[in-house]
Amino acid sequence: MIFIKSIYNEVIKIALKPRSYLGIAAITVLVGVILFALKSDGMSIISFVTSSFEQTLSFEGNVLNGNLVAFIILQMLIVQIPLLIALVTGDLVSGEAAMGTIRLLLTQPISRTQLLLSKFMAGGIYTLIVIVWLGFMSVIMGKMLFGTGDLMVLNSDGLVILQEADVNWRYLGGFLVAFLALFTVSSLSICLSCFTDNSIGPIVTTMSIILLFTIIGTLDVHVFDSVRPFLLTTHMASWRSFFEDPLPIQDIKNSILILLIHNILLISISIYVFNKKDITA
Amino acid sequence: MSEKIIEIKSIAKKFGLFEAVKDVSFHVNQGDVFGFLGPNGAGKSTTIRCMLSLIKPDSGSIEIFGKSIFKHRNEILSRTGSIIEKPDFYKYLSAYKNLEIFSRLSRVSIGKKEIYNMLDFVGLGGREQDKFSSFSHGMKQRLGIAQTLLHNPDLIVLDEPTTGLDPQGIIDIRNLILRLKNEQHKTVILSSHNLAEIEIICNRMVIINKGVSVVEGDVKALMNNEDLVVRLELSDKDKSKAVILSQYPNIQITDINDTSIELPMEKSKISELNKDLVQAGIGIFSIEAKRKLEDYFIKMVNA
Repeated sequence: MIFIKSIYNEVIKIALKPRSYLGIAAITVLVGVILFALKSDGMSIISFVTSSFEQTLSFEGNVLNGNLVAFIILQMLIVQIPLLIALVTGDLVSGEAAMGTIRLLLTQPISRTQLLLSKFMAGGIYTLIVIVWLGFMSVIMGKMLFGTGDLMVLNSDGLVILQEADVNWRYLGGFLVAFLALFTVSSLSICLSCFTDNSIGPIVTTMSIILLFTIIGTLDVHVFDSVRPFLLTTHMASWRSFFEDPLPIQDIKNSILILLIHNILLISISIYVFNKKDITA
Repeated sequence: MSEKIIEIKSIAKKFGLFEAVKDVSFHVNQGDVFGFLGPNGAGKSTTIRCMLSLIKPDSGSIEIFGKSIFKHRNEILSRTGSIIEKPDFYKYLSAYKNLEIFSRLSRVSIGKKEIYNMLDFVGLGGREQDKFSSFSHGMKQRLGIAQTLLHNPDLIVLDEPTTGLDPQGIIDIRNLILRLKNEQHKTVILSSHNLAEIEIICNRMVIINKGVSVVEGDVKALMNNEDLVVRLELSDKDKSKAVILSQYPNIQITDINDTSIELPMEKSKISELNKDLVQAGIGIFSIEAKRKLEDYFIKMVNA
């Protein structure tokens, strides 16, 4: 019962912290700008992509529809969302130390493990809210403004066209995997937050790690070949697998497994460090 | 004999090479208002943090309510209220919301009415919805005390509770502690730099210096072993000094003002001094004998 109350406390603290709304506001503004740009001049962007296929294919119907708009938005924003998540979750433990409230919190009759797990849960709830908001702004708003239709996706194997009726469940699956990836970012930042009493450090470090892993993932150098499949950032883009045909089920399962292992490791390390930590702040 | 609420035996704690606490032992009985004294850096805060499981000592044992703090942490903390160093709360939340957050983690059901009553009790009535960031230091201290008492704990640990309070606030806190002791039979540990406060409020105390507990015991009994400081208000100060010096040639007399002097003296000799002065025809307007904890403290710390 006290664990549930603690989760509620942590959610309330996030909800009443002005910084928490930066992520929601940023998504609203960024998606708004993209929607406005696509509404104003979206066809010229689409023509740029489709022109190379026009000799062999003819495109009919509403190509620039809500499904495509949502896909474009996700593609553009999924890189920025980890920053917005870390901005809030990186502060969950170290922020308490910096503010001095950690002393009061850890003299309450709740175990350190329960307290920390409630912070992970609250971080997960915040991540879920951000993802749901991103889904609403991209898929729902996209469909409202641009209508619906078949989804045309350009990937490394070529052009994939997915039937309108075949798209919604793919978005649901994609968002679930994206949530898991972003929850891993949240776990990483909370874990880093356990090591310091500095409020900003874990946020900056989380972003630096994501940047570093992205660079390692992008560099086509053999020395990183053995590491790349296990990097968090490699699997952050696995939401895109849901828009391939046929569906690469094994790749998706593999990504989910690796992200889950990341989470278990990060949460275990955090619990160990937090329980051993002397509160001198 | 009173039940021991806290028993600390030979705790030690190092941070790297620095020995913050070397050997601290003391006990606190049920119903004590226990003074926790020591100069800055003596190890008071580290000891208090060890007691509340914020810091794990390298060696020694801490038992509260007869149980080890490290094995029965939650049970002990549910019966304990504390302010450590300074009361820090969430700056972006109101006084009410802050108390509500912490009340959810206690094992007692605390409603809105209880929180409002407690805020009123500590003198924050009418400021319930004001943000913590807008509070003065004194108001923050009062909110800290409200949080400490909200779940009606049996043991209260107050680390410098009167810092930043105005004189009326200090008197309020002092009276509050005495009420907690006398009416509710709470056990209070009071760490303070205000030695006069400790002298007035506490019945037992420990002095810690350089990470070691130097002396522990009943405040009055400890200071009974010492000379009193006697302040006399007299009709003829100079003549009085001559009389006193004729009887006690090595005594150190301090002038307080035109009519008053102070001198150290054993309790048994005060009536004799009074008699000598009266026989010399000196009028005694007032005579006040007191022990100063400050002197005792300095003596123990420098020993």
